[in-house]
Amino acid sequence: MADTHPSAQAGPSEGLLTRVSDTLWRRPTLLLLILLTPPALWLGIIYLGSLFALLLQSFFSIDHFTGLINHEITLATYAELFTPANFDIIRRTVGMATIVTLASAVIAFPIAYYAARYAKGAWRAIFYLGIMMPLWSSYLVKVYAWKLILAKEGILTWIFEWLHLTWLLDAYLALPVIGGNSLSVSPTGTFLVFVYVWLPYMVLPIQAALERVPGSMLEASGDLGATPAQTFRHVLLPLALPGVIAGSIFTFSLTLGDYIIPQIIGTSRLFIGQAVYQHQGIAGNIPLAAAFAVVPIVIMGVYLWIAKRMGAFDAL
Amino acid sequence: MPAVSFDHVSRHFGAVKAVDDVILDIAEGEFFAMLGPSGSGKTTCLRLIAGFERPTGGDIRIFGAPVADLPPYKRQVNTVFQDYALFPHLNVRDNVAYGLMIAGRGKRERHAEAEAALEMVRLGGYGSRKPSELSGGQRQRVALARALVNKPRVLLLDEPLGALDLKLREQMQEELKTLQRQLGITFVFVTHDQGEALSMADRVAVFNDGKIIQVGSPEDIYFRPEVPFVADFVGSSNVLPEALVARLTGETCPAAIRPERLRLAPEGPLKARVTGLSFLGLSTRVSFDAEGTRLTALLPQDVARPREGDEVALTWAPEDLHLMRASERAGQQVGQRVGA
Repeated sequence: MADTHPSAQAGPSEGLLTRVSDTLWRRPTLLLLILLTPPALWLGIIYLGSLFALLLQSFFSIDHFTGLINHEITLATYAELFTPANFDIIRRTVGMATIVTLASAVIAFPIAYYAARYAKGAWRAIFYLGIMMPLWSSYLVKVYAWKLILAKEGILTWIFEWLHLTWLLDAYLALPVIGGNSLSVSPTGTFLVFVYVWLPYMVLPIQAALERVPGSMLEASGDLGATPAQTFRHVLLPLALPGVIAGSIFTFSLTLGDYIIPQIIGTSRLFIGQAVYQHQGIAGNIPLAAAFAVVPIVIMGVYLWIAKRMGAFDAL
Repeated sequence: MPAVSFDHVSRHFGAVKAVDDVILDIAEGEFFAMLGPSGSGKTTCLRLIAGFERPTGGDIRIFGAPVADLPPYKRQVNTVFQDYALFPHLNVRDNVAYGLMIAGRGKRERHAEAEAALEMVRLGGYGSRKPSELSGGQRQRVALARALVNKPRVLLLDEPLGALDLKLREQMQEELKTLQRQLGITFVFVTHDQGEALSMADRVAVFNDGKIIQVGSPEDIYFRPEVPFVADFVGSSNVLPEALVARLTGETCPAAIRPERLRLAPEGPLKARVTGLSFLGLSTRVSFDAEGTRLTALLPQDVARPREGDEVALTWAPEDLHLMRASERAGQQVGQRVGA
């Protein structure tokens, strides 16, 4: 540092750390480079690199006689996704993800609204704990707990018996598509557990979005003649939509990829996650597993594109 | 019939008496200012008229009709919010047309009316912009247009000029006043800026601690404060305590004297020591310690200025000493004598 003016300096007593700080202050680009390189490498190689490897696998195919992977680029594996059995899996998973997302949004919105607008002080803390605490315990424990609740001899059955409503439960379980032998082996059971497990991921982004809506904006809407329902439709929902979309990205993609919940609770029919698990594990059909894994990525991409086109992010 | 009338209206939040037993009539077509320091209850009064708060006691009427059970969306009043509260996801035109949209008017019609309202606030052609693309003054006008397009019978303005810089504020004061004269709508206007209240309003209500302390024309409030609080808050007048007034005049009440009316003299009834001087451009503000009372005088620039620490005498014309005889009732409700 021969070029610096001596009188402006603290003197030779400066430590190495101070001099490093000084150098970095004078060269912000260097600082940025030092800070960004490790995470960029992590993101680039570990995340995107492996995703790219996966994508590449999906363009290979498997020789069904030898079970060996043919490393020629082909779309044959993707074509396999559209066989009735495989397409059924995709349709079931996407359908489940859609209704889980919708139900989560409907349940989460009032909770988030209350938390953002009315909860104060200690109530706010309690509320956060209530939302977050289920996330702290093991996901498996929660899923098995739900199995006990939903099983044929489970808590829910007792409650229906106690209320003399067993006929109602039986009638519900007799319904096609959503019913089954008991709730724990029905699609309804899978749905309930998905909604339960993913709900916090919906509540928190919606709450964050609602907290940024000043109360005066809702008052202004009412002042201009809007009933509370109209205010919700024209002001609150559009302003909260980025939060709802953010939440739905979580619930939708988590449901699309999950393979544990449908395995423990629900029918024996497969979801995408289970299909991936089986194809890459037992069957050794890595290309098909990879192709299945690409499906949620494509669906999320399309979903976000539509959301953007519909102006969901205009309020950001 | 008064546009707005408060009959012993209170709004208590637990032990906090935000508005306490207020009696008030606001005449139709009046430009009415509610003036007071923060926390004095003026904004709560405005929110009571708009319907965002409900009174815990008393009766509010808007054009004679009791509004206790009327939600904001059923009241023929509109509000210009302090933070403007423009909807960020709508462009300026849709913001202004919002009330008309809610009222079920067709798109073409409401857009035409919104454009007309924007013209009125001199923002024609800005309809397609987003509120975030406008300056503070422009947003303020959009908020005004958005309220006025609904043709309210009473327009409420909550510190509408608070966020603007001085020059813009003075310009908007003129514009608001002109607009109010043109439209003939009752304006109720909340401010903590005494200059703003005095320059714009037909009548001013001075609030303190949830009560109305004095209501009157700007001249009344400025020249004839009834209590020391009004003299001090509104006019930055010098308040002479009772004991001093008793010695000077024989009257037993506090008195107010305007800083520009105090003069330095070789001989005078009041001895004072100069404690500070500040140059204000047009005049010089001189602070005194007069027998323990802090006084301020505004001296024109052509008068010889004293120096800090000088012992001087102060004098004034007898008519400039305003006796506040009503102040025995200070803190009591003076609203009984308040009428439109």
